[in-house]
Amino acid sequence: MSEDVTGIVVPIHLDYTYTPGVAASRFLRHIAEGNYVGQRCPKCKKVYVPPRGSCPTCGVPTDEEVELKQTGTITAFCIVNIPFAGQAVECPYVSATIQLDGADIGFYHLIQEIPYDQIHIGMRVEAVWKPREEWGTTTESIAHFKPTDA
Amino acid sequence: MTEPLVAPHVLEWGYTRSLGPTLTAFFTGLRDRKIVGAKTKTGRVIVPPTPHDPDTGEDVDSLVDVSDEGVVETWSFVSHPRPKQPLDRPFAWALIKLDGADTAMLHVVDGAIETGSRVKAKWRDETVGYITDIECFVPA
Repeated sequence: MSEDVTGIVVPIHLDYTYTPGVAASRFLRHIAEGNYVGQRCPKCKKVYVPPRGSCPTCGVPTDEEVELKQTGTITAFCIVNIPFAGQAVECPYVSATIQLDGADIGFYHLIQEIPYDQIHIGMRVEAVWKPREEWGTTTESIAHFKPTDA
Repeated sequence: MTEPLVAPHVLEWGYTRSLGPTLTAFFTGLRDRKIVGAKTKTGRVIVPPTPHDPDTGEDVDSLVDVSDEGVVETWSFVSHPRPKQPLDRPFAWALIKLDGADTAMLHVVDGAIETGSRVKAKWRDETVGYITDIECFVPA
């Protein structure tokens, strides 16, 4: 008689077809060309990047596109010390909210090329792109952000 | 260039669940081609087994084998199975009360079905200790 069955694997597998929608699709197609392009609200003039197609405050479509500089400021960050399945970067590393110059909201990206314990809120950073042939309709076209003075 | 982008997106978690003593008996039983239930102190037999009597909360009295044949209590027919469902042809999910049990167990019935149908487990050639060791139930 073999040993008892004391555990079972219970896989959960969800197959989605994802669409980011019209506004984020435009944003990602600009990313594939090497540009960060946000959208400006016609009423409050806030610039959203990545854009969602409307202003959540004013409730109006944000039709005007705005090309942004690829420098910005860290507004919040997190030092990731816990490994998990599918992790792309070795621990510890820093995931940060970055507000690009000219934008009114931030987005998440990695901060590299600096020891993780020297990163701080307010640090000036710039985008580091992967080689041109690796660009696509994904924010992974940008390898990471690095301090502007690094 | 105005069509929204579309991409596949898969979310997957391969959880490993530890079974505890009662379900260890149930799954080990499946591997050995038998179905194990829990007998409460009042004499009811619960399948699949629970560690406690759901009526009183007391520990169950013992684990007992029940038949791999039983009666369909209720069912729901699947005319167009999805890719990961147990059978690739129309089948029924059914609550089956096995002979010797007082509760019904959810499984799959392949073939003609109605409430009250007698069905019997169709075991796989190779069993591993998983609910799919019973491929399905078929008319008895």
